[in-house]
Amino acid sequence: MAHKTINIKLRVWRQKDAKSKGGFETYELENISVDSSFLEMIDVLNEKLVSEGKEPVAYDHDCREGICGMCSLFINGRAHGPDSLVTTCQLHMRKFSDGETITVEPWRVGSFPVIKDLMVDRTAYEKIMQAGGFVSVSTGGVPDANAIPIPKANADEAMDAAACIGCGACVATCKNSSAMLFVAAKVSQLALLPQGRIEASRRAKNMVAKMDELGFGNCSNTGACEMECPKGISIAHIARLNREFLSANIKG
Amino acid sequence: MSNFISSSIGKKLIMSISGLFLIVFLLVHLTANLFLLGGSDAFNISAHFMGTNPLIQIMQPLLALGFALHIIYSLIVQFHNWKSRPVNYAKVNQKDASTWASRNMIWLGLFVLAFLIIHLINFFWVLKFGEPETTVVNGVEMEDAYSLVAGLFINGGTLAYVYSAIYIIGFIALGMHLHHAFWSAFQTIGWSNIKWRKRLTLIGDVYAIIIAVGFSIIPIYFLFIK
Repeated sequence: MAHKTINIKLRVWRQKDAKSKGGFETYELENISVDSSFLEMIDVLNEKLVSEGKEPVAYDHDCREGICGMCSLFINGRAHGPDSLVTTCQLHMRKFSDGETITVEPWRVGSFPVIKDLMVDRTAYEKIMQAGGFVSVSTGGVPDANAIPIPKANADEAMDAAACIGCGACVATCKNSSAMLFVAAKVSQLALLPQGRIEASRRAKNMVAKMDELGFGNCSNTGACEMECPKGISIAHIARLNREFLSANIKG
Repeated sequence: MSNFISSSIGKKLIMSISGLFLIVFLLVHLTANLFLLGGSDAFNISAHFMGTNPLIQIMQPLLALGFALHIIYSLIVQFHNWKSRPVNYAKVNQKDASTWASRNMIWLGLFVLAFLIIHLINFFWVLKFGEPETTVVNGVEMEDAYSLVAGLFINGGTLAYVYSAIYIIGFIALGMHLHHAFWSAFQTIGWSNIKWRKRLTLIGDVYAIIIAVGFSIIPIYFLFIK
């Protein structure tokens, strides 16, 4: 079977470290298999750079099966590139055409500073989680799964929210750099379940306060986040977060 | 409470509530304006009623407050949003991810504000602080608001065309602003979910079209039909 390949021109953001001023470098790659993933293509580039004695491009990746949330990259103006419901590791080169110039940038978010090249520091998300994205439980045996009845619709919606892998595509895409979809997913997944209801008010208040403190922008409901979310998380969860936050503040 | 008002969601809530208040105001304003199509007496009676009704007198400063809050908070929120992305992307492609109006609310809003200032100078200022001509309808002396409107859109010569264009472009910008604003206001309050989002965006679009077309009828009527 004939193996289809393409030639591409890459415009990649290179930045030595957090304090350096970065810039774009252009690289040409030939005979890239359309069946390779975007990250495999960058690996090819890096092998070439190493063989030439140059510094390889630094980027984040881990599981390469679309579930860890580690890979990022803003490709041709879109988070995780020109495909829907995928992370960059699941993006394939068949989505690009022969001779295309591909612009690759790191997430551009004040709260996610660039560490090197295409890597950004997403510690801000961890800080938001530490502010309330959990259920406090006493230790002991695991309770029976059906001991607490939960309506199917709630369980499904909680599961949809729990699909968030914390990659940061929502913030990267948002014209306001708002982290509302991330916080909404984390608040929703717990607010919908009886175990999470107990701390629901405190959680909504603390996570929103932390999000604001870390300098993320304000949500203006453009809906771009849900379109670029690799897990397809709906902004209906943002409406729930708003409800939770309002009622938490009304209660005092 | 102060924590709530200064939070991102709190600021958005102020924009949402003030916005919904302005949405209701626009409907009242449009209803009163459509009396223009009923002729001089009908509109002058309607304008006189609006100008003398005690409820409207109470609502007027509240309306000014609504506008002020909406505008001031939009600027506060927008400046913070710009600050949240110190380095911009070299390439952004959002045409499939969000609507143009939703991405440009601040520009549409500022455009509508510029139009509002022209509009206030044209009518509100003259009626409130100027010396408008008076007329007598059913034995009651009142300001001749009808002539003021007709004068702007008919008797100005070339200027009538310029003003008509300014007004119609202003209404189109307002309609686009409302296209995103209506649903967005409910989403911010938390009164939306997957089902209601579709319903609210539909109602919002119908509302935006009624406002944009309804107001645009007036300059068109005076320019071409009257």
